[in-house]
Amino acid sequence: CAECCAAANTQGILPDTNDCSDKLRMYKVVVPDSTFTCIFATSSDIISCPEIMKWNGWGYSDSRFLFNKKGQAEFTGKRYRLSGMILPSLKDWFEGTFGASLQHKSPATVSAIYIYFFNAVQPPTLNEAFVEDLKSVGIPFSHDAEDRVFRAHGHCLHEIFALREGKVGRVPDLVVWPNCHNDVVKIVELACKHSVCLIPYGGGTSVSSALECPPEETRSIVSLDTSQMNRILWIDEKNLTAHVEAGIIGQDLERLLNENGYCTGHEPDSMEFSSLGGWVATRASGMKKNIYGNIEDLVVHIKMVTPRGVIEKSCLGPRMSTGPDIHHFIMGSEGTLGVVTEVTMKIRPMPEYQKYGSVVFPNFEQGVACLREVARQRCAPASIRLMDNEQFQFGHALKPQVSSIFTSFLDGLKKFYITKFKGFDPHHLCVATLLFEGNREKVLQHEKQVYDIAAKFGGLAAGEDNGQRGYMLTFVIAYLRDLGMDYYVIGESFETSVPWDRVLDICRNVKERIIRECKERGVQFPPLSTCRVTQTYDAGACVYFYFAFNYRGLSDPVHVYERVEHAAREEILANGGSLSHHHGVGKLRKEWMRETLSNVGMGMLKSVKDYVDPNNIFGNRNLL
Amino acid sequence: MAAKPPYSHRDPMLKKRDDFEDILEERRNSSDLRYALKCYTPVVYKGVTPNAASLLKTTVLQSDQLHYVVDQLSKETGVAADVIQEEASAILEEMAHRQQLSTVRFFAFTLSKAFKALFRSIHVNEEGIQRLQQAIQEHPVVLLPSHRSYMDFLLMSYILYTYDLVLPVIAAGMDFMGMKFVGEMLRMSGAFFIRRSFGGDKLYWTVFSEYVKTMLRNGMAPVEFFLEGTRSRTSKSLTPKLGLLNIVMDPFFKGEVFDVSLVPVSISYERILEETLYARELLGVPKPKESTSGLFKARKVLSEDYGSIHVYFGQPVSVRSLAQGKVNRCHFNLMPRHIPRRPSDETQCFVNDSAYSLVRAQEENMVLKPWVLLASLLLQNQSQGLLLDELTEQAVWLRGLSREYGAFLNWPDHMAPSEVVSSSLSLHRDLVKISGGRVQLALGGQAGPRQPCSSPITEEELMNQAVVVLSCTSYRNQALHVFLRPALLASAIHIATSAKKEEVYNSFSFLRNMLSNEFILCPGATLQDFEEACYLLGKTGALQMSQQEMQVTDSGQKTVNFLTAMLDPFLQGYQVVCRYLCEEATEALTEKQFIPAIRTFIVRLILAGSLRYYELLSSDLQKNALAALLRLGAIRKIKVADNVTLKVNRLMVNSLEDTLGGKLPTQKAVAARL
Repeated sequence: CAECCAAANTQGILPDTNDCSDKLRMYKVVVPDSTFTCIFATSSDIISCPEIMKWNGWGYSDSRFLFNKKGQAEFTGKRYRLSGMILPSLKDWFEGTFGASLQHKSPATVSAIYIYFFNAVQPPTLNEAFVEDLKSVGIPFSHDAEDRVFRAHGHCLHEIFALREGKVGRVPDLVVWPNCHNDVVKIVELACKHSVCLIPYGGGTSVSSALECPPEETRSIVSLDTSQMNRILWIDEKNLTAHVEAGIIGQDLERLLNENGYCTGHEPDSMEFSSLGGWVATRASGMKKNIYGNIEDLVVHIKMVTPRGVIEKSCLGPRMSTGPDIHHFIMGSEGTLGVVTEVTMKIRPMPEYQKYGSVVFPNFEQGVACLREVARQRCAPASIRLMDNEQFQFGHALKPQVSSIFTSFLDGLKKFYITKFKGFDPHHLCVATLLFEGNREKVLQHEKQVYDIAAKFGGLAAGEDNGQRGYMLTFVIAYLRDLGMDYYVIGESFETSVPWDRVLDICRNVKERIIRECKERGVQFPPLSTCRVTQTYDAGACVYFYFAFNYRGLSDPVHVYERVEHAAREEILANGGSLSHHHGVGKLRKEWMRETLSNVGMGMLKSVKDYVDPNNIFGNRNLL
Repeated sequence: MAAKPPYSHRDPMLKKRDDFEDILEERRNSSDLRYALKCYTPVVYKGVTPNAASLLKTTVLQSDQLHYVVDQLSKETGVAADVIQEEASAILEEMAHRQQLSTVRFFAFTLSKAFKALFRSIHVNEEGIQRLQQAIQEHPVVLLPSHRSYMDFLLMSYILYTYDLVLPVIAAGMDFMGMKFVGEMLRMSGAFFIRRSFGGDKLYWTVFSEYVKTMLRNGMAPVEFFLEGTRSRTSKSLTPKLGLLNIVMDPFFKGEVFDVSLVPVSISYERILEETLYARELLGVPKPKESTSGLFKARKVLSEDYGSIHVYFGQPVSVRSLAQGKVNRCHFNLMPRHIPRRPSDETQCFVNDSAYSLVRAQEENMVLKPWVLLASLLLQNQSQGLLLDELTEQAVWLRGLSREYGAFLNWPDHMAPSEVVSSSLSLHRDLVKISGGRVQLALGGQAGPRQPCSSPITEEELMNQAVVVLSCTSYRNQALHVFLRPALLASAIHIATSAKKEEVYNSFSFLRNMLSNEFILCPGATLQDFEEACYLLGKTGALQMSQQEMQVTDSGQKTVNFLTAMLDPFLQGYQVVCRYLCEEATEALTEKQFIPAIRTFIVRLILAGSLRYYELLSSDLQKNALAALLRLGAIRKIKVADNVTLKVNRLMVNSLEDTLGGKLPTQKAVAARL
């Protein structure tokens, strides 16, 4: 792709790469001495533009945490509220929590010389006949090493770690960019005809090893990148639905709808980069599901191209009693059955008013009891999340430098009030962050109701600012992992859902299990093992665990990491938690599917796969 | 048989054990009062719930578990729920401890005085204490001491107080509560009282189990109970009771706690306070009901020398690691956890196996005094006694053997063996007599048990002699666990019809099965036990094994004889029970009549001179034999009106008797069962 860039520059088509994030334009660049076409698109499709996206880390190239010469942490770039700010307490927190030191660096080994690295990637195994046919139908493709590597991974720790070390396993042999539903139909037909393995690729934010190419695959692997299918095809204001191509990225979808006064309200933490098709394929869940619902509540109609043909329903009825809902074969199929090309989904008028909030609880137990009560009364705000003490302290470490003495004085006062006057133990207290949305009057009313419940559980309102910072943490945490990896710290998050009565037990046991497993596996420093309750349901909650440790002194940190995560998942299952709430199964959690679904359940899914895709064209081997 | 061995098959001699410290030494050199009033600030469990102690009863009474059962009972019986709730509250009042520091300090003071008067020393392994302290901070702890004396739980609390550890709450039998004042004192020192039997009482069970679990979950104090359920009158470990162990493991199975640490504690007494009391009880003189006045009457024991005590705090056992791969905790995923359920077969099996391995862990760390070896030798030479030199020589030989078998022998190696022997004998002078250089059990006026044919003795004389013999066996029994498996093998070789390994294994398996109510033999571990026995006998050169055959070597004859003789009284005992059931028992024999009847039968045989083991008079052995026969299906219980009568399968009992006597090959006995 660097070649393309160079070519583009010489042709004067791509004047400034920094510019390309703002407009919806698309460039076709013909590389002079090459017979294939490579596409540069912008904004919606920044993913194929490595200058904008990191190739071996999370997110935008211009946004990263670093410790400056004074040893202070700062967040670069201009994209986030935190961008350009100094974070004075991060260093101490970082060194104190992990026993890490700024002196001990572990930079990515190949970041500067990645061109050489890409040259080292195995040459593609091309299915010539397939490539020929592809050319004849005029669908753009590439077998450039960088494009292939970029689509060979998600964001699991082991995947990123390997890239930083310059290690790369099996990668797709070819990347194709269909432009619309019909292109996908053609590609799937050709793949069936020539026996090619297809792996759909949306935003690349998978954390379940779903994008990993099965090393045992002997056929040519083609990555089907949906990024060009990023249009909103129509908006139906009477029924409040929108028909959208599945390759659209979350933030673009939201922005485009906003321009028309609407939103979907679906905001998974990855929404900056993940795609609509990916949400459908993994049964995604959004932060504001309390108002808008999860993806299964949002979709009205799905069109998917399978080796057997196209599957879709015949009407847009809001609910149907026509046997088992075929949407539920599609949602969560994780790319094993076909490619989702178009989705009709519910939209809502944009909320009139939004308000953040936060509540401090004396301890986690009280916090969970409060969330449970809120769920019982079914008055959960758009989002309500409860962080444990470790995460509260983590969030605190991300407080930017205070600009005035007055604010710092106020902060001191608040701290004094909570810890001394109210007697909260700073090592036990925890914080719930809230987001209210809707009509202004109702929001204020709702807010009062929630704070009243919180007060019954010893909760004190702790301001909008804390709430907002809590949500921001969601978007920057993945960047923080990259910072950690520069200093011998690796980590990851994983999630589960669990009945209410088990929430406290599962949190305690899983956190403890992580600490114990780390110790047993020779990790020299105590790990960060923390959790938060991120979603409430009538019958339970979604719990998110963060886990990171300093790996100095370990010969194979990733292996240790994987064993600990494995143990943590066993602990989750033993404590009545689910295999996944919204991350999906991929290849990472496959081994537990049978006990999760029962033999018959597995058989059902298998027979669907066997019917829809008898030749395993969609051969990413996820799920089953 | 495929079950994983609970113990690795390594050389028992290499077992590493901690050193002991005498905690009485300091008591003899400094003020008891100051000790009782010392600053006591134990470290607690890191996850302890604040105010747990004061909220304990409320937590129990408001628990979902209790509410559920109260509702159930209310629906079943039609009694209003609040009436049942009241009942639950009363049960809890009756049960709950009221631990307070002042009482503990009172005990610390008085027990210091008493212990110093009674015992020469109280040895504690301090490394074990350190491990315990660590464990207490990490996870809820359950203390599992062996139970040989009333002293046990006071002693435990005393030691924990001495080392500044959190005082345990102790499950005690309701009979203690009968002692008016003392009962309350014990309650205030941390005992809670449970009824001896409450099999069908759902409400009682719920309150009780919830009470224990709440204490465990809150982590306010270690929970202490006796796996054996009651004091062992024979010094043999008793078959573990599973009820409480089930209860304390349950919070782990249900994920309510991350882990539970079980700490086996072995308390060994050089001389047991209740020595003759137990012997009388076993002989059918009913035990005095616990009463305060009785306790004061027992004051005279204060003037006697009871030697030393060894308390060994074993390695904490993590329930989590024990259950790894054996219990699927997902079992509880599909139902609310407060709804009572029978534990799954898998869980029951696990709890049972764990209980056995914990009792074995207690046994392994029991300290054996030289006297235990002497008692074993003297019991095997009852009629003649032994010359002092002979006894010393044999004791030294047995010392070697027992160490080879991994016994935790406290033999003062710096002293000459003869000195060791004579000092042991003098501590137990009630049980032995030395006349003309000959050492014998002190069996009444003249020279021990007379020759069967000489002037007959009276039944009363017989009983008095039996008291001495049974007291003595209680010491021998302390060493039984060391020799048990090789002894079973030795006896199996003895009764097997050929030296074929398979035959011997069959006999071994038969004997082991027969005696598994008598000794701690974990169900399903026959093969491991057999291998262990082969290993030990082979190691000492007593046994030669080829692919198919096992042969006792010439040099091993002595060992094998000793081992067979050790087990012989038990085999004889079971045979006599069988004989009685075949020859004498009537159709109308009730369960209650069994013990007196068999006792009369045995007395008759001894008086007639056709039976030489007085220890067969032990009701413990008789009960165990009955239990074994019931288990094997040779006897069935039949309920007739209010009585339970015993229906004897004569054919089977007969064949079991013959097999035990080596008159019938094992195979037939097995066949007879079918």
